[in-house]
Amino acid sequence: MSVVIQWVSDILLLAGGLLCVTGGIGLIRMPDFFSRVHAAGVTETLAAPLLLVGLMLQLEWSLDMFKALMVLVFILATNPTASHAMAKAALHGGLRPWQADQDKTAGGAPSSNS
Amino acid sequence: MLLAAIVAVMVTMLLALVRAFLGPTAYDRMLAASSFGTKTVLLIALGGHAMSWHSYLDVALLYAMVNFVATVAVMRFFEYRAAREATEGGESAS
Amino acid sequence: MRLLFISGLLAAFWLLLSGHYVPLILALGAVSVVLVTWFVNRMDKVDGEPLSMRLGFGLVGYLAWLMWQVVLSNVTLARRIWDPRLPIRPTWQRLDTSVSTPLEKTLYANSITLTPGTLTTDVKRDHFMIHSLSPEGMEDLRQGEMEGRIRRLRI
Repeated sequence: MSVVIQWVSDILLLAGGLLCVTGGIGLIRMPDFFSRVHAAGVTETLAAPLLLVGLMLQLEWSLDMFKALMVLVFILATNPTASHAMAKAALHGGLRPWQADQDKTAGGAPSSNS
Repeated sequence: MLLAAIVAVMVTMLLALVRAFLGPTAYDRMLAASSFGTKTVLLIALGGHAMSWHSYLDVALLYAMVNFVATVAVMRFFEYRAAREATEGGESAS
Repeated sequence: MRLLFISGLLAAFWLLLSGHYVPLILALGAVSVVLVTWFVNRMDKVDGEPLSMRLGFGLVGYLAWLMWQVVLSNVTLARRIWDPRLPIRPTWQRLDTSVSTPLEKTLYANSITLTPGTLTTDVKRDHFMIHSLSPEGMEDLRQGEMEGRIRRLRI
């Protein structure tokens, strides 16, 4: 493996690890369930691709690299569906998002923008 | 650097576990469990490479699939339970 | 023709994932390909709306743009998380949308959810319910750049 690829891989792995922890911190710090979904999204939409691409660079051209790509595509394709399923289930379960500006009621007057 | 990434993933798993214990609602716990599952996939992929296992990426791929189906299935269950309790006039699920 | 395309795709997928090229495994693969193709055929009959295979360059371009948006919003959100004051102002509002076909709606709703900071909680006939971590995220969606790009795909 060339030195340059090793460097790029290291940088990606480091950035991915940092973002992963960021998402974890967000999961703890965020005030309500719906904002926690966003925090969990950080680890799945950017940290996971960074870590897996970093891994793919270390694997070089092989079947394993293709499989790592499949894992990545699968995570990216399913993450929105899972998030949406969770948010919708919480709404149906009677959980309502905490809002900073309570005067703007959700689903009330249609927006001025068409 | 692979090691650093593995440690970072494990720290995140720990944070997700803390959220799972804190709750407060069942949805928070399920969100934490789902997030934990994704981290497990990453841990298998990175750790398998670091320890040069065989076929670890197949395991990771399968785990990702099972994790997704499990999350959606449990959330579906919550949704139906909430709908049923609403029609029966019971307490709302939490 | 479409079934042939699907079975070819499935066979290639199997060969790439398996990595073992002995008769038994190949035979199992062939059986799986035939079974899945049959299932897909049956599902299309139930569904009434077979997925069209027009995966053009437009979609690739859109996905590249979407990935860049995901990176940008991730950086914004990571900053917010590390900020000691935690500067978030969550809102939950309706977003009027003019995308009409089911495929467009699916792509739009999923794109919104995929970018951290905005989350689709419900999809109705002419509007979505969006949970956003900040009013700015909501404003960006109302500007309609993402919607315009999806409409230009003509799927």
